[in-house]
Amino acid sequence: MGYKVVFEQANAILAELSKEYDIYAPKRFSKQGRYSDTDIIRYDLINKVEDIVFDEKSDYPAKEVITPITQSLFYFTEDEYRESKTKNKPILIFMRPCDINAMEHQNQIYLKNGGFEDFYYKRVQDRVKIVLMECTSGWDTCFCVSMNANKSEHYSLAVRHQEGELMIEVKDEAFAPYFADAQEEPFHVEFIEKNQIEVTIPKIKDKATLNALKKHPMWQEFNKRCISCGACTIACSTCTCFTTTDIIYNENANVGERKRTSASCQIEGFSDMAGGHSFRPTTGDRMRYKILHKFHDYKARFKDYHMCVGCGRCTSRCPECISVTATVKKMADAIEEIEAKGEE
Amino acid sequence: MNNPVKPVPCKIIDVKKESALEYTFRVESDIKPDHGQFLQLSIPKIGEAPISVSAHGDGWMDFTIRSVGKVTDEIFNKGAGDTLFLRGPYGKGWPLEKEFKGKHLVVITGGTGLAPVRSMLNTCFENDGYVKSLSLISGFKNEEGIIFKEELKKWKEKFTTYYTLDKDQIDGWNVGFVTDLVKEIPFDSFDGNYAVVIVGPPMMMKFTAEKAMSLGVPTEKIWVSFERKMSCAIGKCGHCRIDETYVCLDGPVFNYTTAKDLLD
Repeated sequence: MGYKVVFEQANAILAELSKEYDIYAPKRFSKQGRYSDTDIIRYDLINKVEDIVFDEKSDYPAKEVITPITQSLFYFTEDEYRESKTKNKPILIFMRPCDINAMEHQNQIYLKNGGFEDFYYKRVQDRVKIVLMECTSGWDTCFCVSMNANKSEHYSLAVRHQEGELMIEVKDEAFAPYFADAQEEPFHVEFIEKNQIEVTIPKIKDKATLNALKKHPMWQEFNKRCISCGACTIACSTCTCFTTTDIIYNENANVGERKRTSASCQIEGFSDMAGGHSFRPTTGDRMRYKILHKFHDYKARFKDYHMCVGCGRCTSRCPECISVTATVKKMADAIEEIEAKGEE
Repeated sequence: MNNPVKPVPCKIIDVKKESALEYTFRVESDIKPDHGQFLQLSIPKIGEAPISVSAHGDGWMDFTIRSVGKVTDEIFNKGAGDTLFLRGPYGKGWPLEKEFKGKHLVVITGGTGLAPVRSMLNTCFENDGYVKSLSLISGFKNEEGIIFKEELKKWKEKFTTYYTLDKDQIDGWNVGFVTDLVKEIPFDSFDGNYAVVIVGPPMMMKFTAEKAMSLGVPTEKIWVSFERKMSCAIGKCGHCRIDETYVCLDGPVFNYTTAKDLLD
């Protein structure tokens, strides 16, 4: 069912929805960007449609709503483990198709990998319903079409933003009552069919090619360019890695907590072991590890899709202007070179 | 809802000094791990660390621990009667029933690498005929580093043993690396019915496997056990991933056909 609602009416509907749901959407934080006089757009609770940024890509992905950068797992009082608590209120998230597809990858890792369901992820994920934000033109770093992540059928509501009004598709009938007074108008969400950037993801035919690619000199470029800041990881819609850390409260050494914090494989020490062994010592090694995960390893394990959804946020956020798509193209050239050598 | 990262408390029954740096902690537990599996030892307000089970029996498990990090240092402050928290067991252990039973088994260890094979060695020791023969090559850096001294002595009774220290000379021990002793194993006399287990630091495993292969041992007869940093041990945190492989889920024990391609 489709509806057309002006902002004023949309806000009345949001007010009603807010009684049942915590509503998250990309929101502008004025002058909080990393450079002076720049803004940041990230996910936060919203209560009116004017809060939602429709016309720019958020700097940070929707995943933060479900997997915040840091969260408490357990609270300790002396030797007692007490699980952190969470709200029971359902969550409604405004997401573009790339972020929805990214959530499928998060589900794969947090809920399925190894047959273990992550308790902390599941208890939030189970409460999530999706409002798909129509996204038909994209931005200069987007390549979702190349990653088959430009479409999604996984949503309850879909919205198109027009001047002063929203077109809304109600897919999940549970939401129909909220639109009882809204003007019906046929609307079905559309998806982007072509990005400014197109990438062909190269196939790595066997382990020998993979291991030759790992040793290829192409990665050395990043020893000079990448500064291991981890901005790409935090901006990534699909990265899930984390580190668990225990802390003791300053005021009382008997009390503390176990925290989970997003971790980046781009930062030195990601794989360091207590015994002193460490792996991937250079930024080039770590770049290779990330790129291969996104464009080979993940798919090799889970079969269906590459991990990357082509949101392009890593390219947008990199302070050294490293482009993920240019890197994939270089990787394709390197693979071609390796295969040509193999045939000689 | 079940929370797989919530540990359970276990009482420490006994602490035994193995070497200058290593102690074996015996905890009360009904967990029955497979040989070669590991658990996450957890200390509230300090953290967690993956440690392999070095022996287990009715109502108890042993962890042989080297004090090298925040968690293990804190474990060393504990004694009999204190509480350790743990969760697990995790990962895939040695394919003892499926791949080793009834064969000639060659076990090659470097340093603390002896811990994850100890329970398997004892199973072979206690059950005559379980394996056709067992050859054990164990190397340590120096005399202070030797662990499981009594068992090393006991295993001599039934196994063909080669013990070595990197540089120091002591009675009845070789001098040099374990790689130098691989040639002593009469692989040809095993009639193809054998398996080789290698555990130790990454470089030791690589060079030992290459040595064995140079002596004609097929890759698929070699088994190794990996160690990696882990936060979760259940395939979520990503620290132990190499390519499409998660050491916590798919390992720590790997056949060398897989392990040889796992380049960090």
